[in-house]
Amino acid sequence: MNRFDKTFQAADRKMFIPFFTLGDPNREESLALIRAAVDAGADAVELGFPFSDPITDGPINQRSMARSLKAGMTYDGCVEMLRDIREIYPDLPIGLLLYYNLLFKRGRSAYAELADIGVDGVVCSDLPIDESAEHMELLAEHGLGCIQMVAPNTPIDRATRLFDTSSAFTYVISRFGTTGPSAEFEDNSVQRIEMLRSLTDKPIVVGFGVSKHSQVVDFWNAGADGVIVGSHFSLLVERNLDDVSLARKEIEGFVRGLRTPDAA
Amino acid sequence: MFAELELRARFGDKGYGGNYSSESLVAVLQEVEDGFVKAQADPVFMNRFRELLTTFAGRATPLMFAERLSEKYGRRIYLKREDLLHGGAHKTNSVIGQLLLAQYMGKTRIIAETGAGQHGVATAMTGAKLGLPVEVYMGAIDVQRQQSNVKRMELFGATVHPVSTGGATLKDAINDAMRDWITNVGSTYHCFGTAAGPYPYPSMVKYFQSVIGVEAKEQLREQAGVLPDAVFACIGGGSNAIGTFAPFVDDPSVRLYGAEPGGLDDGSDKHAATLTRGTPGVFHGMHSLFLQNAEGQITNTHSIAAGLDYPGVGPELVALQDSGRATYEAVSDAETVDAFAELSLLEGIIPAFESAHALALALRTAPKLDSEAVLLVCISGRGDKDLDEYWHYRGI
Ligand SMILES: Cc1ncc(COP(=O)(O)O)c(C=O)c1O
Repeated sequence: MNRFDKTFQAADRKMFIPFFTLGDPNREESLALIRAAVDAGADAVELGFPFSDPITDGPINQRSMARSLKAGMTYDGCVEMLRDIREIYPDLPIGLLLYYNLLFKRGRSAYAELADIGVDGVVCSDLPIDESAEHMELLAEHGLGCIQMVAPNTPIDRATRLFDTSSAFTYVISRFGTTGPSAEFEDNSVQRIEMLRSLTDKPIVVGFGVSKHSQVVDFWNAGADGVIVGSHFSLLVERNLDDVSLARKEIEGFVRGLRTPDAA
Repeated sequence: MFAELELRARFGDKGYGGNYSSESLVAVLQEVEDGFVKAQADPVFMNRFRELLTTFAGRATPLMFAERLSEKYGRRIYLKREDLLHGGAHKTNSVIGQLLLAQYMGKTRIIAETGAGQHGVATAMTGAKLGLPVEVYMGAIDVQRQQSNVKRMELFGATVHPVSTGGATLKDAINDAMRDWITNVGSTYHCFGTAAGPYPYPSMVKYFQSVIGVEAKEQLREQAGVLPDAVFACIGGGSNAIGTFAPFVDDPSVRLYGAEPGGLDDGSDKHAATLTRGTPGVFHGMHSLFLQNAEGQITNTHSIAAGLDYPGVGPELVALQDSGRATYEAVSDAETVDAFAELSLLEGIIPAFESAHALALALRTAPKLDSEAVLLVCISGRGDKDLDEYWHYRGI
């Protein structure tokens, strides 16, 4: 069973899942950031391979990916980093976010490789279910979780199909738009999670735009099993490139603070 | 006026094309397909489309026998004059169709990307005509080198957003237009500039642009009573090429040639010759050929022609190459500039740098064709926008 399923089944609490671009701002610091978040209590991680043209990402994650590539990050480099992380955290659920071209170019052997590393789930933000027959087959063949995305304008019958074909979890996009912090969510973003919750018993994880404790808690309370925060952390990195340890401490504080009683 | 509509999601044995969009765009792409199928079968829509192509855009464009050029190169050369279309390039054909479709679908805001600025200009002016607000994404480098088109778009009331990420050219402008659409999908229609991207754009844009080839075929029959022996077009994403080729694909005696941007032609990656040097990938909504590294990171390209400066290409053109039906060759910046000057001197026509690629390939190929051969060249746009760059290139 993959580690997401195990964790969701055992979970007596909601999951918090930080997102990081592998290799931003460089390999060493990137690993230190991921470790800080996990050591502070993150329940799983979602990790992105940097891509030259991240179309579903807003400016903050675009710059994060550009920094990683500029620092020399490669697909092989991502694989090595993942192996390091898996060695340090044998039980940590690890999800990957890739733009499909990277997997396409790596070829069919990519899936065996990810399984061998101990990756638990894969999502491609530019591969809709309609084009993913082979991708889904390969994930299943190698015991990798298939993470489908549900968008704000996904019709209900399609959302149901996406839930049904997800393993690990289903990634629900919180609102219209690319990744990037939202100061406020419209009320209907939260209501939509309640509605989607009523459609399925399978794990739902909400992401895109979440940058505050109160937003995480709102989505948890609406029925999400997990919430992803990404751009907010990339922005902290970007603001502290001179001394990334400052970003590390803030990220640590953010994750720890979620579990203190007054966060809710 | 148009080739028969054939909506296809996949092209060729290798299945190029498809619909690789983010989940947020799946529903609206379905809306576009449904709207287009309905509109195309609706005589009211099609009559309005034909009317605007005639009265607003100035169709039919002439087919011109290029006498002095033909004399010099010893082959009969005919030019399809899309440079005379309102807006200055073939882009207007597809833009009128797409903006009428946007209205038909009830969309109230238009976005577009542009390289040379021609597609942006066509969208801005048609938006003005139809009362639709237009926002155009344009690479910061292209904003610099195609200033006159930026000014035209602004005069038509469009907002131009310079894009400085990546290589700051067409690929990056498309990225940002797609991001805008993901964000504003309810109100907005993405007027895509070429016969590429996710289904149904490759087939839909081809249909709108097939007016070029259909007209030219008929005009050549009237003027010379023949089919062309060889047809030439330049290839950015491929819309003027596939539109020109459309009515000739099933005529086996007609050879189809596409000119793609060879750039500096110095062995470096300063080019955008996707068809001859690209590799298969999945990007910008389609499975096609792309200029990319072994890992699939997309390359920043170069061409003197901003409208060809793109690392991908429409899927149907790839299939035509695989089947051997069409032949593509790279044309360097230097050859392009020579053809630009030659057409100006011999025929009194300043072609767009993009179109000068097609002409250069025709002139290169002419001696290899039968001495009686008739060549049809699509002059996709006019070159006023390129004058500053021309003199700059010549060091003046
Ligand atoms: C005059 C002209 N020709 C050709 C092109 C290339 O586009 P396509 O390959 O879609 O015809 C452009 C694009 O900007 C253009 O302005």
